[in-house]
Amino acid sequence: MKILVMVKQVPDTEEERRLDLATGCLDRDGSERVADEINERALEVALRYKDGDKKGTEVVALAMGPADAAQALRKALSMGADSAVHVLDDALEGVDIVRTAEVLAAAAKRTGFDLVVAGNESTDGRGGVVPAMVAEHLGLPLLPSLNSVEIDEASVAGEAGVENGSLTVRASLPAVVSVTERAAEARFPSFKGIMTAKRKPLTSLSLSDLGLDAAASASVVLSISERPARTAGRKIHDDGNAGNELAEFLAAGRLI
Amino acid sequence: MFELSEDQQSLVQMVRDFAAEALAPNAAKWDETKHFPVDMLAEAGALGMGGIYAAEEFGGSGLSRSDAVLVFEELAKGDTAIAAYVSIHNMVVWMIDTFGNEEQRARWVPQLASMQALGSYCLTEPEAGSDAAAIRTRAVRDGDSYVITGTKQFISGAGASAVYIVMARTADTGSRGISALVVPADTPGLSFGANEKKMGWNAQPTRQVIFENVRIPVTNRLGGEGDGFGIAMKGLNGGRINMGACSLGGGQAALEKTTAYLKGRTAFGGPLINQQALLFRLADMDTQLESARTLLRRAADALDRGAPDVVRLCAMAKQVATDAGFHAANEAIQLHGGYGYLAEYGLERIMRDLRVHQILEGTNEIMRLIVGRTVAGV
Repeated sequence: MKILVMVKQVPDTEEERRLDLATGCLDRDGSERVADEINERALEVALRYKDGDKKGTEVVALAMGPADAAQALRKALSMGADSAVHVLDDALEGVDIVRTAEVLAAAAKRTGFDLVVAGNESTDGRGGVVPAMVAEHLGLPLLPSLNSVEIDEASVAGEAGVENGSLTVRASLPAVVSVTERAAEARFPSFKGIMTAKRKPLTSLSLSDLGLDAAASASVVLSISERPARTAGRKIHDDGNAGNELAEFLAAGRLI
Repeated sequence: MFELSEDQQSLVQMVRDFAAEALAPNAAKWDETKHFPVDMLAEAGALGMGGIYAAEEFGGSGLSRSDAVLVFEELAKGDTAIAAYVSIHNMVVWMIDTFGNEEQRARWVPQLASMQALGSYCLTEPEAGSDAAAIRTRAVRDGDSYVITGTKQFISGAGASAVYIVMARTADTGSRGISALVVPADTPGLSFGANEKKMGWNAQPTRQVIFENVRIPVTNRLGGEGDGFGIAMKGLNGGRINMGACSLGGGQAALEKTTAYLKGRTAFGGPLINQQALLFRLADMDTQLESARTLLRRAADALDRGAPDVVRLCAMAKQVATDAGFHAANEAIQLHGGYGYLAEYGLERIMRDLRVHQILEGTNEIMRLIVGRTVAGV
């Protein structure tokens, strides 16, 4: 079993995250960069399967991003991934979701896999569509936003939350799944894992390695503006009707 | 030596995450209920924290002392008392790994490094503390056995530990008549005193360890007969800088909490942080902690290199770091006003936990004695 885990390096959510107003791109120097937590859950799903089949399972971490995205891959290696693939090309700077999915799918195809596991959405872009687009490019079924995942030799299954309950879904391998924050709690890398991570293979691939042209994104950013400062919220004074007013407010905001 | 390597940054990040998620949320509860979290220690062991600088051969992590001080600082930010116990445990593991023969290492290191089994270090006695060469616990040779009689005092982990390294007198020749013996917990004649009521360090048990005709095979001796005092003192070099690092972590946590508090708390028309007198107090805390950190790294580096002035540097670093950590915790209480005195804010616990670091692994007075004797050349 070869499981490919998608990894993204994102700005730390603990800090203030900014867009570069000149380029419309993420200000990568503006905050500390970390491996997205949701990817660590995706990796944990793969590693748990590997725990039960150490010899027969290979876990490969895949990321696309600038040079320092290798740190996120090292983290995945320190947690227990066997090898990593880094798609690294200057022509990919600031590309959109459509292009990202195309490139990731090409890298997945080249690397080979039985199962692709991804987070359901990144904490920075929050598009939440990359796993589906990758599955589309690969012509494979997608089990999206799973809260739990079960893998066996021939299939993958899981439970996905929907508006009025939950769905149990299953697909034959090969397949693509994405997981939510309810999925497997990620392990800490051990000291041994950290110290051996840099001895594990990390392959760098350019667009030409993947047989792709340096095409531009399908979408362009026309303009961006800074988020307006927060304004004070509405205060409800209790004249005997505060409960109703509160409920109306929440209902109007579709919060209840 | 002042910049952390990429590996060290990863180690620090992992331990910081572990301390924040697994220790910090429980520290107050463990302190209040005097709970020794052996399950959490086993988790720490699985991550490699049980034999940090023991060789990889029998399950240690094979890291350096310079790595270890970074680990202990981060661990202590989550729970100073647990970090300090992990330091003691590591001293035990290192002693067996360093002074034990192949057979002894193979027998004890794997279970200790994974923290499936815990270790205790038994040197101090009711009437022999700083004057460690005056210990009276006796191990009498009887054929292929030693028969141990005596009492050890202030033993961390006692009662919960599976393995005890005991410094016992095998001859009446002062410090040269002491041997290091490994005593498994299930040996007949071994018993424990009550869990001591203490000012701090409540998350780990402290008991007397009592030996009444405890018979162990001679093959449980680490090194040669009479080597014990040297082994005990060598272990303490590392123990001292680890305890210093634990103080640093506690002090740093106190400083960070205090900085946030002074920014958020307003009085006399503005945030307290705008009061320069208070800002200076933060500056002094930070400067003292950074001085301690610098000296700890230097002492750890000396230990890694086996430098000739290692005993002096470890003594200096222990004194400076344990004083700086306690001072920072105490200042943090003052700067929090009445809230600092409440258990809920977690600062009084840090202060109580750190107070003992100025006393154990050699009191800070003994540290001055070591440094003074070196400078005077006597």
